[in-house]
Amino acid sequence: MAINIFYFLVFPGLLFAAVAGGFLSWFDRKITARVQFRKGPPLLQPFYDFFKLLLVKETILPKQGSPIVFLAAPVFAVFGATMAGVFILLPLFNITTGFRGDLIVIFYLLTIPSFSYIIGSLASGNPLAAVGGSREMKLILSYELTFLLFTAGIIMKAGQQFDLYGIIKAQQEISPYIGSISGILLFIVGIFCVQAKLALVPFDIPEAEAEITEGIFIEYSGAAYALIKLAKYIMLFVLPSLIVAVLMGGFRLDGINILWSILKVLGVVLLLTLIRNTNPRIKIKQAVSFFLIWMNLLAIAALVLIAFGY
Amino acid sequence: MSFKSHCFKKSLWVFHFGGASCNNCDIEILDCLTPRHDLERFGILLVGSIRHADVLLVNGSINNHDRERLIEIYKQAPKPVLVVAIGACGCTGGIFADSYVFAGPVDKIIPVDAYIPGCPPKPEAIIAGIVKLVQKS
Repeated sequence: MAINIFYFLVFPGLLFAAVAGGFLSWFDRKITARVQFRKGPPLLQPFYDFFKLLLVKETILPKQGSPIVFLAAPVFAVFGATMAGVFILLPLFNITTGFRGDLIVIFYLLTIPSFSYIIGSLASGNPLAAVGGSREMKLILSYELTFLLFTAGIIMKAGQQFDLYGIIKAQQEISPYIGSISGILLFIVGIFCVQAKLALVPFDIPEAEAEITEGIFIEYSGAAYALIKLAKYIMLFVLPSLIVAVLMGGFRLDGINILWSILKVLGVVLLLTLIRNTNPRIKIKQAVSFFLIWMNLLAIAALVLIAFGY
Repeated sequence: MSFKSHCFKKSLWVFHFGGASCNNCDIEILDCLTPRHDLERFGILLVGSIRHADVLLVNGSINNHDRERLIEIYKQAPKPVLVVAIGACGCTGGIFADSYVFAGPVDKIIPVDAYIPGCPPKPEAIIAGIVKLVQKS
């Protein structure tokens, strides 16, 4: 029991994932700045932002909405992100949970933050937040089937295995799945799903700054917004870790391999950042057809290739 | 210097309120965020919603229409919020001071923490003003 609470709160759960995600958020902002020939923020900037929001700023409750739901939504978002983080990071750090169906659970837990954002935005009573919430709903509807096919592809590739620990071990014994044609297709699909789950630029439709001024987060201030930032930091660490776990052979924790493990995560985040910096925001219609037609076709092609053993 | 105020000074998020402006000050404010001056080095970001803002930048002359909106925006901001009046119009009224629709310089309507005069002020002047604001608060 005590060890489970330790897993959830300290390592690899809340504290570790939040610190790692904070550094990844700094990395993302620094790369963005370098792409635009700027200098970029200092290393501790995400932590300054978080503690400023948490400790200094006032939290304003909506007058027309429902304050309890409005305040509960960020807590649920942090909870969902941390839970998914624990399930993904425990096998990555070579700790077996003994739970044989965890890939399915991870799939469900990863949607909790997005759903919490929708609930929170609809509880705020702001029309722009409602627009953002409806956009986020459409975005979830479009990428979720693709993400399911991505998960199915991983499970098929691992020989009908639902166990993340087993999948990582199987890759470390033979070779990472990304080394095959179907693996590359799954990687492309997975990267775009992660991009949409993190709401980074081609798919930042729900929080479009220019049109609907942060959309779903428009009414959040102070500590509640700090929790949303925390959930975003955790997701920025957890989702690239999932890609590393299921396609790139996971982490190895001996000697020089620690460096490779860190570089794998940084590489995935670098790819996400470069996609975000070289693309404009698309319309929700384009996002839906992008996922429902093109990404699904790619994922089904990968599934067929896996069935034939490529 | 306490931990709280240190975090606050290192991460000022700016919301930009343009009154009846001639847009010169707006362009100079945007210049601060471009690669040459890059205020993100100091953690300064331009945010879209007043609920996330720590600094309220006000420029342009405030006329009778803007007055109510400025008060509304100021009330919506989560405290503590710093107010900066930019440009001759924001500080004193400039050439519009005698106009019949002029509702007073910014400090007549809401409390102002820093004034950055100029028509328009250079980006360097805006950065110098922000530095003085950070040192004061």
